Amino acid sequence: MTAAIEMVDVLEEPKAIEGRSPFSLALRRLRKDKVAMISLAVIVLIVLMAILAPVFAAVTGHPPNEQYRDLGLTPDGLPRGPNGTFWLGTDDLGRDVLVRIAYGARISLLVGVIATAITVVIGVVLGLAAGFLGGITDTILARLIDVVLSVPFLLVAIALVSVTGPSLTVTVLVIGCFSWASVARIVRGQVLSLREREFVEAARSLGAGDRRIMFVDVLPNVIAPVIVYTTLLIPVVIVTQATLSFLGLGLPPPTPDWGGMISESQNYYTTAWWFILFPGLALLVTTLAFNLFGDGVRDAFDPRADRT
Amino acid sequence: MNDVLLKVDDVRKEFPTHSKEVVQAVAGVSLEVHKGETLGLVGETGCGKSSLARCMAHLYDVTSGSVWFEGHEISKLSRKAMRPLRRDVQVIFQDPYGSLNPRRRVGSIIGDPFAIHNIASGNERKKKVQELMELVGLNPEHYNRFPAEFSGGQRQRIGVARALALRPKLVICDEPVSALDVSIQAQIINLLSDLQREFDLTYVFISHDLSVVRHVSDRIAVMYLGKIVELAPTSELFGQTRHPYTRALLSALPVADPDTADSRQQIILGGDIPAATNPPTGCRFHTRCPKARLDCTAEEPALEPVLDDKPDHRAACLYPLTVGEDLSTAVPDLKAS
Amino acid sequence: MAMFLIRRIGHGILVLWLISVAVFALFFVAPSNVAQTLAGRQGTPETIALIKHRLGLDLPVWQQYLHFLGNAVKGDLGYDYYHQVPVTHIIGQALPITVSLALGAAVLWLALGVFNGVISATHPRSLADRGLTLFALFFYSFPSFLLGLLLLYFLYFRLTLSGFGWFPAGGYSPLAGGIGPWFQHLLLPWIALALLLAATYTRLTRGSMLDVLGEDYIRTARSKGIRESRVVVVHGLRSALTPVVTQFGIDLGQLIGGVVVTETVFSLPGLGQTAVTAINQQDLPVIIGIVLFASAAVVVANILVDIGYAVLDPRVRLH
Repeated sequence: MTAAIEMVDVLEEPKAIEGRSPFSLALRRLRKDKVAMISLAVIVLIVLMAILAPVFAAVTGHPPNEQYRDLGLTPDGLPRGPNGTFWLGTDDLGRDVLVRIAYGARISLLVGVIATAITVVIGVVLGLAAGFLGGITDTILARLIDVVLSVPFLLVAIALVSVTGPSLTVTVLVIGCFSWASVARIVRGQVLSLREREFVEAARSLGAGDRRIMFVDVLPNVIAPVIVYTTLLIPVVIVTQATLSFLGLGLPPPTPDWGGMISESQNYYTTAWWFILFPGLALLVTTLAFNLFGDGVRDAFDPRADRT
Repeated sequence: MNDVLLKVDDVRKEFPTHSKEVVQAVAGVSLEVHKGETLGLVGETGCGKSSLARCMAHLYDVTSGSVWFEGHEISKLSRKAMRPLRRDVQVIFQDPYGSLNPRRRVGSIIGDPFAIHNIASGNERKKKVQELMELVGLNPEHYNRFPAEFSGGQRQRIGVARALALRPKLVICDEPVSALDVSIQAQIINLLSDLQREFDLTYVFISHDLSVVRHVSDRIAVMYLGKIVELAPTSELFGQTRHPYTRALLSALPVADPDTADSRQQIILGGDIPAATNPPTGCRFHTRCPKARLDCTAEEPALEPVLDDKPDHRAACLYPLTVGEDLSTAVPDLKAS
Repeated sequence: MAMFLIRRIGHGILVLWLISVAVFALFFVAPSNVAQTLAGRQGTPETIALIKHRLGLDLPVWQQYLHFLGNAVKGDLGYDYYHQVPVTHIIGQALPITVSLALGAAVLWLALGVFNGVISATHPRSLADRGLTLFALFFYSFPSFLLGLLLLYFLYFRLTLSGFGWFPAGGYSPLAGGIGPWFQHLLLPWIALALLLAATYTRLTRGSMLDVLGEDYIRTARSKGIRESRVVVVHGLRSALTPVVTQFGIDLGQLIGGVVVTETVFSLPGLGQTAVTAINQQDLPVIIGIVLFASAAVVVANILVDIGYAVLDPRVRLH
């Protein structure tokens, strides 16, 4: 997956403004960004939907995996369109699409957040180590980054999942283990230039050890690009998870998840538009909201991009 | 006065370049820093004074030679073994913008020495930091601000506070005022002098600006291409200059009195500073020296007292200037006689 | 330059070797029942052992690996388990399809991305800028399979229902069978891929164009009275395109092994789909062959990009 993410130049020092940290300045800019705020609201709604999935089930009276073979299917055995009982229609097995979408949000968000967190932690630590320690550590890590970035990610992910069998853990691990390299590369590049800055030498002259310099002096300076990258990575991860599911390597059925639902709906898109439309829409709205929000975060942390 | 605090013995520092050449930043320097004095170190940009400073503070490993602090050799110590000594040797850096971490609050920057050496924490650290801020003329209420919210002069005060936090014995000031406006320079210099008196500090004061160095130093060492060419008490250096290069530097100083300015000889050096990857043979200054002779190209002059009764005044020149010698009319003569 | 090239190629080979070890290890750690499958339901332990022996599966893993490596260096990637076809032959058959898909889409997304990026950059903060940015992000957010299915629904299913059978439901028609059918079969996949990737290029072109247009020499060109369109295209675009070219090289390399989903949705038997089939059948030689080939494409593309970068921008020093 080529992420369309450019680096943010944190080295650019902010102009002197009274009483504000660079971070709070970015937050203030972000709060003024209408598109980003609307996207954030949408994200919050999706999170709420995931949390309240059992409420959806309770209100409609349809558990996510319950197959309504009479009520939910036409006499020909086809899915039923949206109606008073099934607000967003049913799927090929007569299950409630709405309830399954709500439960599917849990998977998407869970994988999106956990896999991204793993990616960022591994990427930041290895990138810091490579850039700061240099020497043999850097040589080995730089080659490792090259290896991971050269491997056809999706192919190897499919191969891995087919070997281990699909599960939530495998999906999260596969995504985390293959995405860290780009984070590490960004962090490494930043650290390589930060390392030469005088404040690192100053810390050393005070007697600070490598670990302290790495985490206390260098790390705060790479946080901004990492935050930007992280927000933009979440939608990429969500899409990847959905893609694996679509290819039949997501979660074992009947667990509801968006990619899997779209995959199941493929054979019905000529007869049951709702079956593909609503899960597809849920997925699209989620990734779009995260991307728009991430775009706003990027602009907030790197005001240059907005300047003309 | 004559207690040696820091001794530099034939220190060399070389850097490899991409083209496999070697830059000789420091090419064999020996000097002593006495307790309580301020030793000025002047030279043009690129003459190796900052590298020498970093060798003194053991921020660089020396290529050869040794550095001794209070009688202990520090130039071969590991980072870990050096750590306790860091309390005694501190550095104030040139760039008040680059030497302060832009993402950390001033309080935590100044508190760093206490945190690193496990001296004080929590409220006690905060109190100490605020005392330091007051000491260097900063408002202690600005404890939680970021470096970007301070002016250049204020930032340098932060650097001073951080360097003084552990009450060091030796402070190496690497061009501490070069990046500042002239009006601010005086404030920082006065602050440094006050602190020296109050805490009995020893300074190595590095600058490319002779007038600043003259103002603060007890003794001055002049560097050219990685070597010290003249080392003398300040008044001696100015009154009885022995090295042609020092004279050339002095002649470029602005003078307040227009009458003396007229009578002064202006010496303009020809040519550029030779590359440090390939320094001239013999005396390194011979390519630009108005007094150069043939043997200057072959024989490397040692840094020695010019007169036996003035052992403090040393110059590295085969043909040292006499008092009052007119250099402005001198012409190099490199032909074999 | 020569030294740089040698080092880069050395690194590339090292990376490929590491990948081959990793992929090999991955599949041998996992229990394999290929021999069982090949022997069929009635396979006796003897037949299974025989098959294993024939495929070299009875040797220790490291011997199998050395055997594979020795042949791979000579350009022989082994034979597939099921039909004994050389893996190089399988790759050779699938490659033109993937390359057709990638290159055709590349033309589209470059045109779309650069054009939109230039418009955005020359009219910053205008309605057009915001609209195009949103357009790009919208398609960037699309999961590729969803976009593919959507295109199929509207441009194949709906159109065909309305009597316009312009596009097939999928599949591939080789160039040898005429350029018309080839084009017809690939147009939808091209669009699906291009819309997805154009976003990166729009953003890249916009950003780099904005930077370039702020440079002094652009102001000089304007002050000389050169027409604005000429300033933008001749003076600006030329230097603004460097990062675009870089990204283009990297993306093309990655597409060789990265168009799995598009190929699956449009039933194109390219490298991606071939690999997926091989994965499902545990056809190890084919999997390793394709993964290595795709990795090699990325490695080579990156080296070419580095060289191209040095040629385009003489300021870049190589060391």
